[in-house]
Amino acid sequence: MAESIRITTPFTEEMSRKLRAGDSVLITGTIISARDAAHKVMTEALARGEKLPVDWTNQIVYYLGPTPAKPGDPIGSCGPTTSGRMDAYTPTMLEQGIKGMVGKGSRTKEVVESMKKNGATYFAAVGGAAALIAKSVKSYTVLAYPELGPEAVAALEVVDFPAIVVIDCEGNNFYEIGQKDYRHFDMSQI
Amino acid sequence: MRELDVKVITENVAEMCKEAAYYLPDDVYRGLKRGRETEKSPVGQIVLDQIIKNAEIAKAEDRPYCQDTGMTIVFLEVGQDLHIVGGNLEDAINAGIAKGYTEGYLRKSVVGEPLFNRVNTKNNTPGVIYTQIVPGDKLSITIAPKGFGSENKSGIKMLVPADGVKGVKKAVMEIILHASMNPCPPMVVGVGIGGTMDRAALLSKKALTRSIDERNPMPEYAKLEQELLDMINQTGIGPQLGGTTSALAVNIEWGPTHIAGLPVAVTICCHAMRHSHRVL
Repeated sequence: MAESIRITTPFTEEMSRKLRAGDSVLITGTIISARDAAHKVMTEALARGEKLPVDWTNQIVYYLGPTPAKPGDPIGSCGPTTSGRMDAYTPTMLEQGIKGMVGKGSRTKEVVESMKKNGATYFAAVGGAAALIAKSVKSYTVLAYPELGPEAVAALEVVDFPAIVVIDCEGNNFYEIGQKDYRHFDMSQI
Repeated sequence: MRELDVKVITENVAEMCKEAAYYLPDDVYRGLKRGRETEKSPVGQIVLDQIIKNAEIAKAEDRPYCQDTGMTIVFLEVGQDLHIVGGNLEDAINAGIAKGYTEGYLRKSVVGEPLFNRVNTKNNTPGVIYTQIVPGDKLSITIAPKGFGSENKSGIKMLVPADGVKGVKKAVMEIILHASMNPCPPMVVGVGIGGTMDRAALLSKKALTRSIDERNPMPEYAKLEQELLDMINQTGIGPQLGGTTSALAVNIEWGPTHIAGLPVAVTICCHAMRHSHRVL
């Protein structure tokens, strides 16, 4: 794998369009956490015609619910959660200007189509590497919905946050590419 | 009759919840290291390096290995000659979970009701508690926190006897292929064969409390464990982004079943195969 590409936020469509599935990146700047409950609340607010408490233009969303921070730490353990649970809400959120998503696991066709249309990139962080990822987070500030606890929408200041481009804005999927060379099994073998 | 105060149980459970969240068991750590040595995918190697480093940081700094510190599964073996005093056993266990998750800065991931009003109970209780009465006067406690990235990919198939070994292999592999990279591989796969639908599911959970280095004592099942592991490692799933280390082990537990049935349950566990065990 080639050397990591450094990305700084805000993350524009122009930056997003340069990335390709399989690229290794290090993200520095501010990313915003949101997961199941926050996505539900935000899309419901949009459906009622309300304005969201956070401007998502050129933002990177991180699907995350961290453990509580120990005293003196900015955040607890903070690995990615399964992105697929956000799929139902994602096209609506991409229309709000999000250009990058960080999570883990596969996405639906509808999400990929919306990514292509909006020029957005989907990154994977290593699932379960939560204590390691915490090392790249310098601060955690709740922006909205504090009542959701670990599911609140929060700004994370990160330095060299490690991730890999899984689905680029042309729809190339590294989950498929990465498995292909090592797949020597099919059900007919049983 | 030997007496055991519930306060002792609560204290131990609290410590065990923290231990399980921070320290990856040695057998799993060694399994990850072995996987790193044999992994063929360059990206897979990078992922495994991160996972191994993560385990080391979590252990050295008493930090949760994963932010999903799980729903707390508790296996109890209560000696029939033991007298538990000072309160109710299940309350004592739940008090221990609440204490451990609060004091240990673990994430509270339990909602009190699943469908209409999903409100967080704020202390990770109640745990899922399985109690077995056994001979003796001891209390054996196993804490197995279960993350839901992998739990959501687990499954069960109600096969019939004619499906046989081939049917079991197909059932397991269908669940694995459907799960793919989603349950945070390298996985550890618990398989429960036999019993009723619920018993098979429980056996698949209990299978995960066995060391990944220990094979089923019955040679036929030990062979099936190895065959399934080889197949899973040939799927290409690898450590999340493709490769050869899709699973570290397949552990099978079996139980007597009905003449008409062959239930097969699969619990997938992520690489955070966490446990803590104590005998009081």
